[in-house]
Amino acid sequence: MDWTMWVEWVLKGFVLCLILLTGFAYLTLYERRALARMQVRVGPNRAGPQGLLQPIADAVKLIFKEELTPGHVYRTVFILAPVLTVVPSLIIAAVVPLGSSFMMFGREITLYIADLNVGILYLMSIASIAVYGIVLAGWSSNNKYAMLGGVRSSAQMISYELSLGLCFVIAIILGDSMNLNEIVDAQKGMWFAVIQPAGALVFMIVTLAEVNRAPFDMPEAEQELTAGYHSEYSGMKFALFFMAEYQKMIVICMIAATLFFGGYREFWFLKDTFFSVDQNWFLGPIYLLLKVIVLLFFMIWIRATWPRIRYDRLMSFGWKFLLPLSLVLAFVTATGILLADMFNNQLYFWSIPFISIFILLVAVSFIYRDLRRKSHGRF
Amino acid sequence: MNSDLIVFLVLSLVAISSALGMLFSRNAVYSALFLVLNFITVAVFYLLLGAPFIAMSQITVYAGAIMVLFLFVIMLLGAENLAPGNSLPWQKPLAGLLSTILAVEAIYILFSRARSDAVITAPDASLNTMESLREMAMTLFSDYLLPFEVTSILLLVAMVGAIILTRREKGGQS
Repeated sequence: MDWTMWVEWVLKGFVLCLILLTGFAYLTLYERRALARMQVRVGPNRAGPQGLLQPIADAVKLIFKEELTPGHVYRTVFILAPVLTVVPSLIIAAVVPLGSSFMMFGREITLYIADLNVGILYLMSIASIAVYGIVLAGWSSNNKYAMLGGVRSSAQMISYELSLGLCFVIAIILGDSMNLNEIVDAQKGMWFAVIQPAGALVFMIVTLAEVNRAPFDMPEAEQELTAGYHSEYSGMKFALFFMAEYQKMIVICMIAATLFFGGYREFWFLKDTFFSVDQNWFLGPIYLLLKVIVLLFFMIWIRATWPRIRYDRLMSFGWKFLLPLSLVLAFVTATGILLADMFNNQLYFWSIPFISIFILLVAVSFIYRDLRRKSHGRF
Repeated sequence: MNSDLIVFLVLSLVAISSALGMLFSRNAVYSALFLVLNFITVAVFYLLLGAPFIAMSQITVYAGAIMVLFLFVIMLLGAENLAPGNSLPWQKPLAGLLSTILAVEAIYILFSRARSDAVITAPDASLNTMESLREMAMTLFSDYLLPFEVTSILLLVAMVGAIILTRREKGGQS
């Protein structure tokens, strides 16, 4: 282990943090502009051309805001909570491959920080740690609204983590590995979103709940809890929560792209052309960026169009719909691959997408029936 | 002195002080947080021993799931602060006696083992690959299939029990 390796790691970590931080800044602009378009407004367009300097103006505003620490809070935890929220959202990106590798200064430089053989478990463990920041922010504020926001979010994140884990299982089964690089390589021929479309859909829904985005933004439901867990925060401490939320959005889209949409790989039908990552390494990050932008657009679109779901329905949706559905989907995927291996017949493998879409439709029809029965007042 | 040893010593310092912090802090939330720190330190120990799967499971299951539930209960019950008085007078001498016995036994076994030549070594670093994960899964689902299934049935029973306990009975007072 020579010193150039250390330099490489430190530089790559630094660059990744920079990417995520600027990504956060421009995601706020992207969201505001896109939301404005959907609501027939213009959005922020004054600072710089097309409002491109708006994030800098926002940052200056937040830095110069007065920072208030209320007298009744638990001080240590109150200061620790924003840090505990931001750190997981940064370090979770360490295992996500941004591209293949290239040669520079006579050594091979890979476009990922850590090549863990338990990469998916690493994602799981960091995701389960991430809940602490919000819970502790709620508790240390010593305020009933903030507390309720924190408790709600912990219940929500624990509930949806189960389905998240099962969606990870689907990707593990399909990729035959827990290493994210190998999962991306396994999608050379076909994206997992094509083989298991229902699984990809469930994964996207669950991640919305995991990062507390609309329509699952329970911890900060304004009409019930004022601002939820960050009611008592102001200035840069509030900005850290804000930052963590948007970074989580970016990272979770990177993970979704990696697990189900081919990661940094090109479309499968461009495999041996000029546009392939195997022939031009610099296309890898560009493809990933494009996929992340498209997935982020879906998140913003959902926020613009869907009302917030009621809390009891959120819980029953997680436990009674998503959990059984993702269990069945994991079972179908495993069975399909096993049968295809046993009888050496690819027909079984290609029946996976059709069967899983059928199962999804059956589950949705159950929800539809349930809602109709409720609206007629019969239980 | 190699770098692993330095990391080990620093980590053990963190582990022991976080365990002591858990014992002696008067606020239940701080205790829970110290315990989380302890669990994460133990996970890093597993990493040092070349067992990344167990390390990650340790963080996910203990630091992630179980301790969040602990915090949840502490916050919901509002039982953060311990009452100043000692309600169980016989508890302290009993705990002291039992922990002395445990310490003596541990030290005895440590020294009696140290005299024999059986040295516990860290597993080979070359086992730290995907193959070891695969082998572990194979062992778990072939040789240890029965215990595995029994455990899952146990968990299922616990889950059903929890649902039945919290279910509102029809017609009864809510």
